[in-house]
Amino acid sequence: MTLAEMQFALPDLSIASAEIFLLTMACLILIADVFSRDGKGAVTYDLTLLTLAGAAVTTFAISTGEVSYTFSNMYVSDLMGDLLKFMVYISVIFVLFYSRAYVRARPEMARGEFYVLSLFATLGMMVMISASHLLTVYIGIELLSLSLYAMVAMNRSSVAATEAAMKYFVLGALASGLLLYGMSMLYGAAETLEIPMLAARLLSGEMDLDIVLFGLVFVVAGIAFKLGVVPFHMWIPDVYHGAPTAVTLFIASAPKLAAFAVAVRVLVCGLVAAYYHWQTMLIILCVASLAVGNFAAIAQTNLKRMLAYSAISHMGFMLLGMASGVFMENPDFVPGAYASAMFYVVTYVIASLAAFGTILLLSRQGFEADEISDFAGLNRRNSWYAGIMMMAMFSMAGIPFFVGFFAKFSVLVAVVTAGHLWLALVAIFFSLVGAYYYLRVVKVMYFDPPASAEPIETTPDVKLLLSVNGLAIALIGIFPNSLMQLCADSLAGSILF
Amino acid sequence: MEFKTLVFYFLAAILVFASLRVVTVRNPIHAALHLVLAFFSASGIWILLQAEFLAIALILVYVGAVMVLFLFVVMMLDIDLDRLREGFWHYLPVGLLVALLIVAEMGLVLGERYLDVFESDVPQTGAGFSNVQAVGRLLFTEYVYPFELASVILLVGIVAAAALTLRGKRKTKAVDPSQQVFVKAADRVRLVQMPAEREETEE
Repeated sequence: MTLAEMQFALPDLSIASAEIFLLTMACLILIADVFSRDGKGAVTYDLTLLTLAGAAVTTFAISTGEVSYTFSNMYVSDLMGDLLKFMVYISVIFVLFYSRAYVRARPEMARGEFYVLSLFATLGMMVMISASHLLTVYIGIELLSLSLYAMVAMNRSSVAATEAAMKYFVLGALASGLLLYGMSMLYGAAETLEIPMLAARLLSGEMDLDIVLFGLVFVVAGIAFKLGVVPFHMWIPDVYHGAPTAVTLFIASAPKLAAFAVAVRVLVCGLVAAYYHWQTMLIILCVASLAVGNFAAIAQTNLKRMLAYSAISHMGFMLLGMASGVFMENPDFVPGAYASAMFYVVTYVIASLAAFGTILLLSRQGFEADEISDFAGLNRRNSWYAGIMMMAMFSMAGIPFFVGFFAKFSVLVAVVTAGHLWLALVAIFFSLVGAYYYLRVVKVMYFDPPASAEPIETTPDVKLLLSVNGLAIALIGIFPNSLMQLCADSLAGSILF
Repeated sequence: MEFKTLVFYFLAAILVFASLRVVTVRNPIHAALHLVLAFFSASGIWILLQAEFLAIALILVYVGAVMVLFLFVVMMLDIDLDRLREGFWHYLPVGLLVALLIVAEMGLVLGERYLDVFESDVPQTGAGFSNVQAVGRLLFTEYVYPFELASVILLVGIVAAAALTLRGKRKTKAVDPSQQVFVKAADRVRLVQMPAEREETEE
């Protein structure tokens, strides 16, 4: 083929207009930040929130519900992507509102770069969510990770934050290397990086399965690192603990949605023909995460560290739903299993936002409020905030009528339908273990004498959003069906069988 | 033996020699310079394979940018190599064990099927074909999306570097009077208790 014969169709940019809008605005904000004079990033903060709102409107406006590709099949737009992106915007907006006071009180973080980096991280998540090419998956992950490394390190005077950033960076680079190595193996076997084509080649059975499996191991390891499941969880406790709480909140919320999307796109869509192999790997990861996460969390006295171990166990639980999608005899139930995993990750993000939001609410200048003992007697200081924290804890523990219960229940239904009763029993056992440390936080808040009598000061917007967040945990728990249906519908179009 | 093969063996010999020197010399500057030599020979081999673009990129990016940066770092940081090598022998058995395990596992999985040496067939292109042009065209057409995103990653790198290292403007050494009035005597003068006279020591 000579150069003259190479045909190129101009990509349909309108499909990716949310990404283009966000990138353009991020660059403009970067310039605006230089010229703004207040030095605290107030203008940048407002513009960042407006950009995220604008991106949400754009995604909503262009969402057609049909699967369409652009940029030479590197970008896919579908309902699952739109829904997850929408959730990403909302959670980043919540993160920015919650962390506003915290960031302002810390001069090293209170700079425009914090907001610009969070926008770039959001862009990275959007790229990950709409990737239909292994190259875009990788680039999206790198964009997200690089922004997060810098955000973790931004509080330079804190030794813990610097250590966390170093650990995150070194381990993250290793994981990216593993992922890339796995992708190169897949490319060697399939001679393509496009995910739909990879699936087609694999299904046709012409590929060398040895090389595919070889690559698969590395790809699963890379994705497991990004999700933070055992045995690739080493970074999670240190990063959650060491990072400034605002950044911990960021890491603990939206990136989980993007990592879920990558797992669905690469494993469920791309490597579906090798499901027998990755399903076994996922089950090992699930059981190990549930065991390590729940038992290690019991020993923690630091709330951020405890929530980090709880995040490990929750991601394990979510993978349980993903793993059970493929060993079903009856294909009618398959979308239900993935929908339960998606519902689980979405609701986990909601509960996680509320829990870290409360920590941010209690912290002041020079005081982090991240020990469990800092929450002692919160009920007597402010019963509404204690109530929100209690709802978040109950939801994570899976106590009925909060959203976490329904999420766990639907995953367990999927596991049992798939015929793996022992796995469901293991999951229930570890959830019971987990309930102990969540309930301990509630006990400390309600029955221990207050640690300090200081009133909790906050702005009305944070109060409103935190209340909305807490009520969402309760209301989605009582009426989960519409969100569940939304997850199922959005996945039905994206997963090809 | 045709001339091309001769050139290949010549470059390959230099490459192997230079690579060995990189890991054996004690002086980090010498190691870096040997690495430059290794890159040059490798790019020569790529030219033999008609991959001009890779050859040029290797020289421009690695020799031109990365290695110069590396030399700067070595120059500025005054790395104490003995401290870096501390614990090398201590960790060696574990490292070797892990490496051997991984190699053995890979060998078991892939089997002897893939270990045969075979001559790779390089796609032959005509005399007028330039793969620099082809790569450039692909980058800006089919791969424009990841290409643009890669530039965003570089931008994030710049922003992150600025955010992490810039410690505010400090143009003059003028003293801020509003800060100065808060100074306390204790900050300026430290009174140290000293014995009035040195005690006589017996010699």
